Amino acid sequence: MRRINRIFTVIVFFFLYIPMIILAVASFNKGTDIAVFQGFTFNQYKELFRDSNLLRLLGNSLIIAVISSAVATVLGTVASVGIHSMRGRMRSAVMGLTNIPMTNPDIVTGVSLALLFAFVGVLLRINSVLGFWTLLIAHITFSLPYIILNVMPKLSQMDPDLKEAALDLGCTPVQAFFKVILHEIMPGIISGALMAFTMSLDDFVISYFVTGSGFVTLPVEIYSYTKKPIQPKVYAMFTLIFVTILLLMVAMNLLQARDTSKKLRRKEASR
Amino acid sequence: MKRKWLSGPYVLWMVLFTLIPLGVVFYYALTDSMTGEFTLSNLAHIADYWPIFLRSIWLSIIATLICLLIGYPVAYFIAHCKPSTQRLLQMMIMLPMCISFLLRTLAWVALLEDTGIINNFLTSIGLNPLPLIRNNGAVILGMVYNYLPYMILPLFTVLMKIDPRLIEAAEDLGCNSRQVFSRVILPLSVPGIVSGITMVFVPAVSTFYISQKLGSPGTILIGDVIESQFKAAYNPNLGAALSLVLMVLIFVCVGVMNRFTNDEEESMVTL
Repeated sequence: MRRINRIFTVIVFFFLYIPMIILAVASFNKGTDIAVFQGFTFNQYKELFRDSNLLRLLGNSLIIAVISSAVATVLGTVASVGIHSMRGRMRSAVMGLTNIPMTNPDIVTGVSLALLFAFVGVLLRINSVLGFWTLLIAHITFSLPYIILNVMPKLSQMDPDLKEAALDLGCTPVQAFFKVILHEIMPGIISGALMAFTMSLDDFVISYFVTGSGFVTLPVEIYSYTKKPIQPKVYAMFTLIFVTILLLMVAMNLLQARDTSKKLRRKEASR
Repeated sequence: MKRKWLSGPYVLWMVLFTLIPLGVVFYYALTDSMTGEFTLSNLAHIADYWPIFLRSIWLSIIATLICLLIGYPVAYFIAHCKPSTQRLLQMMIMLPMCISFLLRTLAWVALLEDTGIINNFLTSIGLNPLPLIRNNGAVILGMVYNYLPYMILPLFTVLMKIDPRLIEAAEDLGCNSRQVFSRVILPLSVPGIVSGITMVFVPAVSTFYISQKLGSPGTILIGDVIESQFKAAYNPNLGAALSLVLMVLIFVCVGVMNRFTNDEEESMVTL
C-alpha cells in the first residue's frame, strides 16, 4: 500500500513540475516556437540582460512586493497584538473583516477596488487615479490577512506569564513588546511576511484590475504578451527566477535543519 | 493604555479597502451605466448568464473533487515521512507556485496544442493527433494543476497533527486498517478537507485566464464575462452585478462547507 502511494506521489510531483521543465527547455531553444526544439543556445539569456524594459518591469514588481509586504507586516503585527486582547463580539467582528479578502475570489477583490478607485476618481474629477499608489494599496490590502493569520496563533501559543515577568522586572509595556513578545512571535511574523511577499510578487488578477498604464508589474505585462506572440527571453527570465527561488529555499531548508539538530543536541545535553 | 486600540489603523484600513469597495460594488450593480439612476436591470440581465454560471460551478466542482482525490494520498504520504523529508516535500509543492501561473498555463498550452509537444510526438510516430485542448477537459486540467497545492498543503497540516497514539488505540481495539482510516483518520482530517476544498473551489470558480488559454469560446467561464465587462465591453455596472452574484454564491458555498467544522476562526488551517 505504502509503495503504491510512493509511486503515486512521485507521479503527482512530476505533474507539478511538467511546466517548469517545458519553460526551462524553451529558454535554451534557438527557435521561437515553444513546442519545437531547434537547437541549444544561450542567446535568450543574453537578450534578456539587454532588455532594459523587461528588467524594469521585474524591478517594479519587486518594489511593490517589498513595500507592500513591509507595510502589511508592521500594520498586521501591531493589529494582531490589539486583536489578541479583544474578546467576544468585537473580536469576531474584526476576524470576520480579516476573512473577507481571504474568502472573496481575487477577481471580486480586484473589481471592487477598481470600482472604488474609479468612484474616487469621479469624485475628485481626475481622469484615472490608477497607478503606483492604487497598486500598492491593493497589495497591502490582500497581504494583511496573511500576516494576521500567521501572527495570531503565535500570540495565543505564547505564555502570558512571559509578559508579566518582563513587566515585573521593570520593563515598560512598550519595552516588553520589543524585548519579549516580538521575539516570541517572530516565526509567525517571518512566515507571514514571506507569504505576503510571494503573493504580491506573483499576483496577477488583482493587479490587472487596479493597474494603470503608468506603472505595470511583470505578471500584468506577461498577460498582455500572451496576446501577442511571447518572446523566448521571458522563459529565460523565469528559469532564472525559478533557480534563484530554488536556491533560496534549499538554503533556508539547510539552515532550519541545522537549527533543529542544534536544538535537539542542546536538549540532550541539558538532560 | 488599552491594547485593543492598536488594531485601530488596521481596522480602518480594512473598512476603507474591503468593506467600502464592496459597498461600491453594490452601488454600481444597482445603478444605470448611462444615467447613474437606480435600476434593477443589471441584476435582471444576469439571467442571461445562468448557463455560464452553472458551467463555472460544474467545472470547478469536478476540478475540486479531482484535487481532493489526488491530494489526499499525497498529503497522507508526506505526513508519514521523516520530518526532514516532510520539509523538503512541502517546499517542493510550494516551489511551482512561485512561478507566474500565466506562464505555467502557457506551458500547458504548448504541451497540449494541436501542433504542440504531445501531438508533434504522436504524428512523428505515425499516430493521429488528439484534440487535447479547447475543451472542458483541458480547462479542468488547468484548474487541477494550478490549485492542487492549495489542497495538499492544508490536508498535510491536518494529517501531520493526528496523534499516532489514536491510531494505535484504534488498532488495539480491533480495527483493521480500513476501519482505522474511515473511523479515525478521515473524521479527524475533515477540517483540512474543508479548507482544501474552499481554497481550490473559490479560485477555480472565478478564474478567467485558464479558460481563455485552455478552453474555447464555447467554454467561457463567469470570470471571463466579468473580465470582459471591465476590460473590453466596458459595462462596469453589469460587471459589478455579476461580481456581486458570484460573491454571494461563494459566501453561501463557503458557509455551507464551514458547517462541517465547528472550529474557531483562528484554528483555520493556513499554509
